[in-house]
Order: sequence, then structure tokens, then C-alpha cells
Amino acid sequence: MAIAETGQSSAASPLVTQLHGWVTTVDHKRIGILYILMSLFFLVVGGVEALLIRLQLWVPNNTLIGPDTFNQLFTMHGTTMIFFVVMPMLSGFANYLVPLMIGCRDVAFPRLNALGFWLALFGGCILYTSYFTGDALYGLGSAPDVGWFAYAPLTSPAYARGGSVDYWILGTLVSGVGTLTFAVNLIATILTMRAPGMKLNQVPLFVWMMLVDAGLIIVAFPPLTAAQIMLLLDRYAGAHFFDTQAGGSAILWQHLFWFFGHPEVYIMALPAFGIISEIVPVFSRKVIFGYASMAAATAAIGFISLGVWAHHMFTVGLDDRLDAFFSAASFLIAVPTGIKIFNWTATLYGGRLQLRTPMLFALGFLGMFLIGGLTGIMLATVPVDWQVSDSYFLVAHFHYVLFGGSLFALMGGCYYWFPKATGKMLSETLGAWHFWLLFVGFNLLFGPMHIAGIMGMPRRVYTYEAGQGWDFWNQLSTIGAFIMGIGFLIFFINLVLSLRSGQKAGDDPWDAWTLEWATSSPPASYNFEQIPTVRSRRPLWDLKHPEDPDWKYE
Amino acid sequence: MRSLRKGRFRQAYWGMMRWPLALALVALSPLVLVAQTPEMFDPASPDAIEIRELFYLVLAITTLIFVLVGGALAYFIYRFRDPPGAPRDDSEPPQIYGSQPIEIAWTLAPTLIVLVLSLVVIRSVIAMRSEPPTEGTLRVRAVGHQWWWEFEYPEFGFTTANELVIPTSDADAPTPVYLQLESADVIHSFWVPKLAGKTDLVPAKTNRMRLEANAAGIYEGRCAEYCGTQHAKMLIRVTAVSPAEFEKWVADQQRSAAVAASVDAGRQIFMDQACANCHTIRGEPAIGKFGPDLTHLMSRHTIASGVLENNRTNLADWLTDPDQAKPGSRMPNMRLSPTEVKQLVDYLMTLE
Repeated sequence: MAIAETGQSSAASPLVTQLHGWVTTVDHKRIGILYILMSLFFLVVGGVEALLIRLQLWVPNNTLIGPDTFNQLFTMHGTTMIFFVVMPMLSGFANYLVPLMIGCRDVAFPRLNALGFWLALFGGCILYTSYFTGDALYGLGSAPDVGWFAYAPLTSPAYARGGSVDYWILGTLVSGVGTLTFAVNLIATILTMRAPGMKLNQVPLFVWMMLVDAGLIIVAFPPLTAAQIMLLLDRYAGAHFFDTQAGGSAILWQHLFWFFGHPEVYIMALPAFGIISEIVPVFSRKVIFGYASMAAATAAIGFISLGVWAHHMFTVGLDDRLDAFFSAASFLIAVPTGIKIFNWTATLYGGRLQLRTPMLFALGFLGMFLIGGLTGIMLATVPVDWQVSDSYFLVAHFHYVLFGGSLFALMGGCYYWFPKATGKMLSETLGAWHFWLLFVGFNLLFGPMHIAGIMGMPRRVYTYEAGQGWDFWNQLSTIGAFIMGIGFLIFFINLVLSLRSGQKAGDDPWDAWTLEWATSSPPASYNFEQIPTVRSRRPLWDLKHPEDPDWKYE
Repeated sequence: MRSLRKGRFRQAYWGMMRWPLALALVALSPLVLVAQTPEMFDPASPDAIEIRELFYLVLAITTLIFVLVGGALAYFIYRFRDPPGAPRDDSEPPQIYGSQPIEIAWTLAPTLIVLVLSLVVIRSVIAMRSEPPTEGTLRVRAVGHQWWWEFEYPEFGFTTANELVIPTSDADAPTPVYLQLESADVIHSFWVPKLAGKTDLVPAKTNRMRLEANAAGIYEGRCAEYCGTQHAKMLIRVTAVSPAEFEKWVADQQRSAAVAASVDAGRQIFMDQACANCHTIRGEPAIGKFGPDLTHLMSRHTIASGVLENNRTNLADWLTDPDQAKPGSRMPNMRLSPTEVKQLVDYLMTLE
């Protein structure tokens, strides 16, 4: 088999051989990098869609983008960012890091791993093919326009003519199956392939959180897959699951979708929590505060997140008792989430904070996620939700959680592990520019949305009338969006420049404590020359401080 | 060598941080000029007021948490950042693995807060929703369509569209209106922020919602659940009038449509073309249900679900090409000649 070796040997081989190596690879590190490259590609696509949305909302009654195109844009933006940016990026990080962190040579099922990636990419391709061959009311080249949660009966043939919705169904269905294989693989790897001596309560927190994450994926994705197949049956085989005209239920779709959709929020957040739990200690030069409560809080979040889905449905007119239950459960999830934020903050206390780029993103994450969490408490307050639900307040809330939360952490992860994966450091100067432009742009973009929302602006409107007082806030948002765009441009420049001529990283540039830093950068395909033996949660701390090892305290 | 590089990095870092902060301040300064009380915080009904109070309560609690946690975060960053220019020191700070009392404390405190909040929420949900309409209260059946609103007053036997008229309610002796919410096609959501939170209109399900206005006036709202192409232009106007005026309005609406011989040409076009298939004009052969009831079209201030002011020019433009104002609208372009449009508008303008 032509698995090209990373490093100098592959640089000398011809391009075709290299590409062939990447396409046929079953190396978890290469698959991880492929996932991240895919994610970055779709990040650009989804980002451009967001910029177009913001341009259209610059002034009231704008005619720059028509309603049909606009509705396709926000559908594609949401679907892309969730299924084809955040999901592959977290899969990429998990793929790359988990085997290195637990000291093994690859994942449990390397070929299944490759299948998962190619399914995810295939799903993205299916979705975007709609722009070329999707047919709908407006003719050929129509992307789906039903919103990322595709509420029935808007997706029924009567209201979504042509095939554009099928691209949404099939694209996310295929990538969802890929995600499932990824989760199965990850669980098997973490449970059975840890380095000798590493107990389950000694894995790095990133690994622990990915384990819970994979468990959530296995519970949450099948209902979505089932719902999508039911929808296909409705559309093509004359079934009536969601066909309200024939006794079907529109609310059934909402239950099935959000039973996936809410755990999905935590599926996207837990890996971010994991990344933060690695970065904050290393750049504070301190052990994580309360490892056990952190791990327990993660498990609690995983469990409770399966029982909060109907807080997306407070306006649907469910039973009062259901609303009360889902409200209380949503409040309750704030407790373990709070524990995490407190533990990270306490880790800073008494530390020696090194404000390098990964740490900037981690600290940015803490602030932004705190805001997103607190607006979440407002949304769990049912009567308040009746007002702000489906308004721009909600749009602001979930962007603070998913962008200020997940994506900030994933960006921090890029800066933190780039040296490991490439052997080169990313530029700190460009990194700081990237962070600050993103931070300022982000708050300028999503902060004002809270206000537009409480002024009555609903989400998913392609335009709005003058005289509502919304113009100013929308303009701030648009300015913020473009500032963020510049930030990301700098990020991509940084990636290319540093890859070409970045400082050499060495094996352990951050003086960190987990096993991935014990091998070379980039690691050889077999990861470790010798599988290390582990006695504590910070094996490299033990190595560096033989006089004061961790295992004495655990 | 190494400490020199670190020092320069830090200088660059603080230098860079200064101007985004300044930029943020400049960006936020015009806030004073555009400040306008958000609709949600300027309610005109007991329910909306109760939601506002609840919002203030949660806002106060979360702001307190934000200040405490965010403050600690900011202080720790400031206090414990590696001091600029300090010589590189390979020793590590004391390692603190955790503290059981502290961790128990910050688990219990939020648990108590969310327990209290849950109880408050349950109480207000029950207070605001579970009371059924009593005998003699005004009921309106509101049906969502792509992309307009049908309002039927079953007790009075007439139907109107897009502009809901209700009598004002005395705060001391409340007379709320009960909406029976249904949908003819996809899911919509009825949202008039000054009067109440939103409730969805779900096909094959009937929802209920209480609507009340303590002062006369026009309250604007909109569809809040994405419902297809023209979701953005599915506006609601609730007009609250005094009970006496309301009675007069009801009496006017109950009359059948006016028939004037002078506009017979326009009337003929209406009945011969497809217009009559979709629109009802009570007392006439037109009994279509797909579009808004036009019996008293001219008693409404807007057309096309709040998108255009109801006047001669806009009516003519709307008939000529509905896609101009509302692309994708279900109202077809009937390709009428300018003369036909004029005759039709003449007729419609008599429907007072």
C-alpha cells in the first residue's frame, strides 16, 4: 500500500503519488487533517453566504438579493456551518489528537475512519450540487430554501416543489452516517486502546469530553436519520408522516428534529470544552482545577442535554406541563455548564498566564460562551421565550454559543496544535491580529442582534420596512461581519505563510503535559517509537518534574 | 535573547489591544442618538407587561452573574498574566488540583438560583396560558396563509384580513380577546410584541392565545416562523379601538358589499376573471376562500398583508404586477390591460 510517510520523504515524491497517498490514507492524522481542510473550505463558503446575508440587510427594503436567493442563503449558511464546518472540524481534531493523547498508534477501525471522512465530504458535495442541478419553483440551480431545521410541512412536495429539498435531506443524511461511524470508532478507540497504565479517569479532558460527545452522537443522530428517511418516504412513496392534510403531524418532525438538534448543540460544544480544558492549563502553567468535577459535569451535560429538546418548541402550544419540564431541564443544564466555567476561571487563579494566540482564543471563548450561556437562561424562561424566540435575539444567542463558543475554541485549537501537525509555528503577530479582528467583529456583529431582536425583528426575513429602528443595529452587524471577514483572511494568510516559512516548532513548543507532545512534530505514521507508560493525568509533567510528580496527588 | 523577543511581543500586543477598544467605544457612541424603547420593553397589555417584568428579573440575575464571573475572569487575566519583561523563569506556579468545599459551593449556588427561576416560570406559564375563554368573551379565529392573515369573527359572522380590530380592555375589568390560531398551509407564528409573546399557527392543530390592549392604537406585528418565500412580508396590524367604536366597526363589517352601478365594468371583470375564485365579496357571486375577503376592502389601511398603503395607486400597481411589491406572492399576475386595471380599481374602491 502506498501510504506515503509524512515529512521529508513525501516532499520529494511526485505530486500524484502524494495526492494518491492522501486519498487512500487510513492514517488517523492524515484523515484528521483532511477533515480540517474540508471544514476550512466550507467555512469560506458559509462565511461568504453570511456576508451576502448581511449585505442584503444593510438598509430596509433592500433589493440587492431577492427573497428566493436570500432564503436559500440562510438555509445553506446554517446547514453548512453546522454539518460541514463545525462537525468536520471537531471530527478532525478528535481524529488527529485522541490516538496521540491516549498513546496508541491509530484508531480502532482505520478503514471505517476513512469511510467516515469521505461520507462527510460526499454529503457536503451533495448539498452544494443543488446550486447546479437542484430544481425548484424558481427553475434549475435552486438550493434548498426551507431553513436548516426544515420544518414540515414546508418540506412537503406541495410547498417545496422540485428536488432542491432532497439535496438537503440526502446531503445531511449521508454526512450524518459518516458522523455515526466516527463516533463508534472513537468510543472503541478510547475504551480499548489507551496506553498501558492510563486509567479511564486519567485520560486528558479533551479525550474524556470526546468520549461523552461520541456517546451523544450515537443517541442523537439516528432520530435525525430516521426523520429524514420518513421525509423522503413522504415525498416520494406517498407516506404521510408529516403530511398534515392526510392526518400526519407537523409537530412530529419538530420532536424528531430537535431530539437530534439540541444534543447536537452540545455535540458541537463539548469538543470545544475539551480544547479549552487543554489550552487553559498549559498557558496558565497550572493543572486543571477540579478534574473530577469537570469530568462529572461533562457526563451530566451529556445526560441532561437529551432531555431539553422541546425548549425549541415553547411557542408551538405544547402542554403546560411539558413546557414546565423542558424549562426546568434547560435551567438545570446551566449548573454543570457553570461548573465548567468556574473551573476554567479558577485554573487561571494563581497561574502565570502566557497570552499567546491559543490562550487569547481560549479566553475569548470564556467571555463569549458566558454571554451565550446567560442569554440561554433568558430563553429557558418560557414566557420570555414567547417574546424573543425566533427573533434576532435568538440568532444572537446561538451565535454566541456556536461561534463565540465552539468556533473560537476550534480556532484556538488550530493555533495550539498546528505546530504538532506541521512542525511549524503559526505567526504570533498575525495570530493576534486574527484574534482581535475576530473578537471585535464578532461582538459588533452579534451584540446588536440582541437589540434588534427585542425591538421585534424576526429571524429569516429577507428585508424589513423602514421606520422600525432596526437599520442602525443591522448596519453595525454588517460592519462587524466584514471585520470578521478580514480576520479570517489574515488567518488563511497566516496558515499559508507559516506552513511555508514558519519558525520550527520542535516536539513540545508550549512546554505542555499531554502525550501528543512526547512525539515528533509532525509525528511519524506509527505515532510513537515506543508506546509510553502512563501513571497520571499529566504524563509529561511527571517526566519534567520527577521530584514532584502528579501521581503522588491523584 | 528570548526575553527580548517576549518583551517586544508584549508591547505589540498591548499596542494592538488599545485601538480595537477605542474603535468599539467610537462604534458604540451613537447609541445615545438612536435609542428607542424596544417594543418588548414598552408593552400595552397585562400579559406583555408580565413578560417584561419576568425579563427584567432574569436580566438582573444574569447581569449579576455576568459581572461576578466576567469580573473574576478579567481580574485574573490582569492579575496573573505573565508580567511584561520579566525574566524567563522555568519554575512553575503552585499546582492547585481542586477544592471540594469550593466546588460544592459553586454547584449548590446555581442549583438554588435555577430552582427559584423554575418555580417563577411555572407560576407565570400557568397564569398566562391555561385560562379558557369564558362565555360571552370575544373570539377571533386567526388563520395563517402563505403570506397573509385571515381573521374570522364567528359570533358576528364576517371575515376580514391582515388587520385585526379589537376593543380596548380596561385594566380593572379586563375583556381579553381570545384568538383561535390555525393554519391553512405551513407553520406561521402570530407575534405582536407590544401585546403578547408569539404563538405558532400549526396546520391540523388549534392553538389559543389571549390578546388584550389597554390603550387604543395600532400595534404592529409580523409572522415569526419562517413560512416560505414571502415570510418577511407577512405583517400584522392590530387596531385597538374603544368598545363603542368597535361595535360600530362590527356593524359596518356585517353589512354585505356595496353595489354601485357606476362601477359595473370593474365588477364584471372581477366576477369573470379568476378574481372571484380566490376572493369573497359577501352578497356577490364571489365566494373564493384562497385569498383575503374583500367585502370591506376599503375599511383596511393596507393591502398585501401590511406591505402597501391601501390607495388607488398601490391597488393599481398590485393588480398590474403583484411580484413588484411581493415577489413570489400567491396573487397571480392576471395580465390585465391598463383600462381593465383602472375599472377594477374603481370597483374595489367602492368596497367600503
